[in-house]
Amino acid sequence: MENTNKRYWRGLEELRNDEKFVKAATSEFGVGPTENQYESLVDGAGTHRRDFLKVLGFGMAAVSLAACETPVKKAIPYINKPEGEFPTIANWYASTYSEGGDYASILVRTREGRPVKIEPNSLSKNSFGISARVHASLLGLYDNEKLKGPKKGEDSKVSWGTVDSEIQSQLTQVAAKGGAIRILSSTILSPSTKAVIADFTAKYPTTSHVVYDANSSSAILKGNELSFGKAVFPSYDFSKAKVIVGIDADFLGTWVSPDTYSAQFAETRRVSSGKEGKKDMSRLYQFESVLSVTGSNADYRTAVKPSQLGLVATALYNKVASKLGGTAISSSSIQIANLDKAAAELIAAKGQALVVCGINDPALQVVINALNSLLLSYGSTINLDKPANFRQGNDVAMNQLIDEIKGGKVSALILYGANPVYDHPRGAELAATLPKIGLSVSFNDRADETSSLLKYICPAPHYLESWNDAEPVSGSYSLTQPAISLIFSTRQAQSSLLKWAGLQSDYHEYVKAYWRKNIFTGGNFDQFWIKSLHDGVYDGTSVAVSAGAAFSGDLNAAVSSISKKYKASSSAIELTLFENVALGNGFAANNPWLQELPEPITKACWDNHACISQKTARELGVAQGDVVKIELKGKSVEVPVIVQPGQANGTVAIAIGFGREKAGKSANGVGKNVYPLAVFSEGFLSFAPGEVTVSKTGATREIAQTQTHSTVMNRKSVLQETVLAHFQKDPLAGRFIPKIHTSEGSVDATDLSLWNGHKYKNHSWGMVIDLNTCFGCGSCVVSCQAENNIAVVGRQEIINSREMHWLRIDRYYSSDADAEDLRGLEIASENPEVTFQPMLCQHCNNAPCETVCPVLATTHSSEGLNQMAYNRCVGTRYCANNCPYKVRRFNWFKYFDNDNFDYNFNNDLGKMVINPDVTVRSRGVIEKCSMCVHRIQDAKLTAKKERRRMVDGDVNVACASSCPTNAIIFGDMNDPESRISKLLEVEREGRAFHMLEEINVRPQIAYLTKIRNKDAVAKAAAEKEHA
Amino acid sequence: MNISFRTDAKYCSDYRSSKILIAFLLAILISLPNSVSAQDSTATAAAAPAGGGDAAKGETIFKNNCAQCHAVTDERVVGPGLKGVSGRHDFAWLSKWVRNSQAVIASGDPYAVKIYNEYSKAQMTSFPNLSDDDIKGIFAYVDQAGTAAPAAATTAAAGGAGASGGDAKGEGPSDLFVLVLAALVVVMVLVLGVLVVIVSLLSKAVNGETVDSSKPDFMTSLGNSLRKISVDPAIRSATIWIFVLLVLKATLDGAFDIGVQQGYAPKQPISFSHKLHAGEYKIDCNYCHTGVNRGKSAHFPSANICMNCHGVIKKESPEIQKIYTSIENNQPIEWVRVHNLPDLAYFNHAQHVNVGGLECQNCHGEVEQMEVIQQRSSLTMGWCIDCHRKTEVNTKDNKYYDKLVQLHATESKEALKVADIGGLECSKCHY
Repeated sequence: MENTNKRYWRGLEELRNDEKFVKAATSEFGVGPTENQYESLVDGAGTHRRDFLKVLGFGMAAVSLAACETPVKKAIPYINKPEGEFPTIANWYASTYSEGGDYASILVRTREGRPVKIEPNSLSKNSFGISARVHASLLGLYDNEKLKGPKKGEDSKVSWGTVDSEIQSQLTQVAAKGGAIRILSSTILSPSTKAVIADFTAKYPTTSHVVYDANSSSAILKGNELSFGKAVFPSYDFSKAKVIVGIDADFLGTWVSPDTYSAQFAETRRVSSGKEGKKDMSRLYQFESVLSVTGSNADYRTAVKPSQLGLVATALYNKVASKLGGTAISSSSIQIANLDKAAAELIAAKGQALVVCGINDPALQVVINALNSLLLSYGSTINLDKPANFRQGNDVAMNQLIDEIKGGKVSALILYGANPVYDHPRGAELAATLPKIGLSVSFNDRADETSSLLKYICPAPHYLESWNDAEPVSGSYSLTQPAISLIFSTRQAQSSLLKWAGLQSDYHEYVKAYWRKNIFTGGNFDQFWIKSLHDGVYDGTSVAVSAGAAFSGDLNAAVSSISKKYKASSSAIELTLFENVALGNGFAANNPWLQELPEPITKACWDNHACISQKTARELGVAQGDVVKIELKGKSVEVPVIVQPGQANGTVAIAIGFGREKAGKSANGVGKNVYPLAVFSEGFLSFAPGEVTVSKTGATREIAQTQTHSTVMNRKSVLQETVLAHFQKDPLAGRFIPKIHTSEGSVDATDLSLWNGHKYKNHSWGMVIDLNTCFGCGSCVVSCQAENNIAVVGRQEIINSREMHWLRIDRYYSSDADAEDLRGLEIASENPEVTFQPMLCQHCNNAPCETVCPVLATTHSSEGLNQMAYNRCVGTRYCANNCPYKVRRFNWFKYFDNDNFDYNFNNDLGKMVINPDVTVRSRGVIEKCSMCVHRIQDAKLTAKKERRRMVDGDVNVACASSCPTNAIIFGDMNDPESRISKLLEVEREGRAFHMLEEINVRPQIAYLTKIRNKDAVAKAAAEKEHA
Repeated sequence: MNISFRTDAKYCSDYRSSKILIAFLLAILISLPNSVSAQDSTATAAAAPAGGGDAAKGETIFKNNCAQCHAVTDERVVGPGLKGVSGRHDFAWLSKWVRNSQAVIASGDPYAVKIYNEYSKAQMTSFPNLSDDDIKGIFAYVDQAGTAAPAAATTAAAGGAGASGGDAKGEGPSDLFVLVLAALVVVMVLVLGVLVVIVSLLSKAVNGETVDSSKPDFMTSLGNSLRKISVDPAIRSATIWIFVLLVLKATLDGAFDIGVQQGYAPKQPISFSHKLHAGEYKIDCNYCHTGVNRGKSAHFPSANICMNCHGVIKKESPEIQKIYTSIENNQPIEWVRVHNLPDLAYFNHAQHVNVGGLECQNCHGEVEQMEVIQQRSSLTMGWCIDCHRKTEVNTKDNKYYDKLVQLHATESKEALKVADIGGLECSKCHY
């Protein structure tokens, strides 16, 4: 049943046929924990005789007690019901997420006055879908470990009045003496907040505002200043690019505004099997050290050491300049795969090309700007006239501030949305001097690493409790409005600043006044305001894109700087730090949903690791799970090793965002903080700090990795893919159409069935997932978790293969090498192709799970859904065993009100996030994707109440609605007008396939083949290459 | 999910254990569980006492003016219960009191002052317009109804506590159950017979009477054969098994009723009468239960809805005063939920009322007759399913169903039932 000439593997364990992997593959529910490590009565793996008797006895007692104890339930109505608020009916508010420069325009679903879900706002032109981090920010609202009121030193009983008067009098004294007041923040997108800071500065003229970003793009601003005289971050339009070259810029995963870039990029990757359908794609080249999300979606990816990356840029420039008439620059030559090809195609695609570079080095950015300028990207794929405000940090100013603080020159420090002691490489220096500042105030929501060293903490509420605005892209505005009243005694930072400046402290009115003065263009302001609040976004008059910007940078100066820092070859092991897709810079690390979201590539969670390539690992003599000590100029960190295919040889990569110390239960001590290992190169933050020594410590640590958990029983037709050239000739290219041999000849697998099938008279809910536009970001996983009350199980349970996610994203490695050619495969594992496949209950029509359930707990609905009745389930797990897709999850424990799982389900505040429309499952039952049946029910009822037929778009499932690239299409396949029906009509005889078609379970979910924009290589040639 | 809940131990023990106890008693005492028919609540009209007032007319006046605060029994509502009041006072005193109670109190009448203080100085509304005949009629009605009322009250209480024969569902015992019981009675009678024989034989032996062994009389031979039967292990074990099965059956029946609160009518924090509001004043259910057409929950009315009327009407009543206190103290009224579905079951009022066009009474019973709200339906899954099987879908003027009706018409001549469109599927209600 081999469908392609490819072999897919999920990890090197599988490729090598490791003993542990093989064992795990044959054991359905993972290997049980050794010994009774939970010390609970029943550990879920096996029961001791005495335990059984104890449970039996307890059970009898409990039953007899329960018989005479029926709780009296109270119903507590409003005293004065707010208009428009109806219990059990959701209200939606448009709002804005903007934390440290990350931006999303959102809709907040509230139930009985509490936010329960965040969805993307489709009215926004600057925000597409929402990332896992935005979804998870909802849980941040109900974080029990935030401060409940102002804090002075160790005194958390202090009142706002006392704090205000003390701070105000001290500020006055400082200002009177001419002492320096500094406001330190991460990027602020809000124009009103900036106005507040200006007002504050007017009152205390010695104030200045310093902005820094933990994951800095300071060099891009500097580079643009050097090149065009504008220190701005341009807006990119990937949708207009035919050829894209990324140099260490993970724009689909972590770089600056990945959701927007993903949405734009996806437009260039969408193809159609229809006769008139779009059959061309952009081509993406990626040069990088770490296998990133972008790299894994690239058509051609080259693993390069950090010390060589600068030369990739200069070499690329020279190759392009020689053809397009630019001045050549002197740089050492470098032999890197795909570089010539990339240059040639960039030239061919002039005017529709884009080169992006994520390295925080202004000299490099100048070269990139020159390159883009030659390629005529300005005015087409890059817009300098409508700059994005996502990163405004200034590394140089931040370093000056630290020097000032160390020199005792700062009399008052106000910290807003920043935590430099944790996330700045010079955090340790700050930690030593911060307590010496006379007046220091933090607006952070908890006593984190930095705030705990300051004199006062005046906690600001969560953004879902706040008023604010944002200007993500110049000329586009959006509003944040509270979706819940204040939970704790907190006050917005802006109100505090206004109050201390002796001004009217109502920030809501302030924002309104600011908009009236600066954004409102005429007409009726009240109507304008109501509409803007309702829409959540307001786009000002659009700025015309100017034809192009004249590049005026000094290339020679740039080159001399580059030649000092980068070299063509290096044999030493280099360290590179990268951002984790889930946790980002680590500011919101105390979020169990994010901690448990497997990183897209390594599929590891609850830890950061040293990613090392197989070759380097062999050279170093380390294996997966070995804890290694990585030393860099006197600093060191000890982390476990992950042997990572695609990682550049001779490099070791560790994710930032881990190792928090004072963030809360879910984050403290998870992983190691590697910010201190970052360095400054010519004043700019560099995540490639240079050469390190790696040594074994002798210790080992198990890695919580999910990819190799579920077995697909060695079936090989899970993925279907092809290259563009083949697809253009034949839409069925790459498809595997299984045939079964019978006495009447061979027939389609789907023509043979024991079952009569189902008839769907009303609706037939289905889903199509486009593997070509799924980039693996994981937003759907967290969206599903939030919507369906999925429990967090923690590190140990992940190791035990007991994660609960209903939707997972499988990551497969593959290569062109023949499956039998083991040497070829090993070479391929140095830089494999990657495919992401979202995997969830396929809602089979011939569902294997349904036929084996002894108690009929899982049955089929008349609308194509595979239903799961939790209260009927007795926990035999036969269904999970018989599921070919391994999507059924068993509740090994009671995950709520259980101190062993001390996450959000274990405290009353955390439980407020629970979606009241979905049952919280208890121990001993199976659960799985319900295709958001509660949303379907709700939408059906709405249609019935309005006495109309349902139309497409009335209902969308949580995963599909959150996808930035619309890779998941959900709808009624019985409705000929629905998007899914129209799509399937075109793709049924093209890219659409059912996973494991040969077993004929007839899923309601179809996938579209993955198409890579690679040159078609004859198989013989490929074989020759490897031979 | 419930973040917190309270338990009311008193209610639990009274209600729950009584049911189970009764179930056990049934099996053990082997009393045929035919429902004890409640005493007929419609009282026969007694001769009109108290000077021949017109009781029928009095009833109307009483219900319109007095019933909000006074019961005809000796039960204390807002004001005192009126049972036997015409025996305690002469008519002149009563009519003075009814027309202007404040004047009587002001006159220093010791009884009037006492009762005024006893009821925390709540003023009774004055009815100066009532004629002597009207007042006579009222008391005629009170005397008449007062004697009949206790019987009715007993009935209600019996229904409420599920004590009317122990079968809360109101269904007769199953045939098998009766059969087994009958068999057991026969066996017991036989055993009794054997015992009597043994006793008589033994007493004879004690008295020195010899038994004629050659010619046993009838009783002796019967005794012998019975003795043989009684020691026969088969019979013995059969008896024991039957007994065990009976106990088991009764226990299971009891267990099935766990969580079924049919007949549950707890005391509410405010003695709100649906009978008065929905029944007599015919206020639409929607007026207070605002969610019934919109969403899942019908909504308990918020205090401001009460205030729409009670801002003006009967402000001084102590029950209404509770609403005022609640608003003043910003303390919501904690009603006791009567109809409780388990968390795992999804139920939507809008689907049934708005879309399905069902009357509230379909599930909630004759609410407009209920002084205290009571759970009439069992709210078990069987009950839901049963209705979904029988009920036709309300497809009239609803385009949603057009296609379904068409398709159904081609396949079946029967009307489109809820069960035909997935009304019996698990995830209709469980997810």
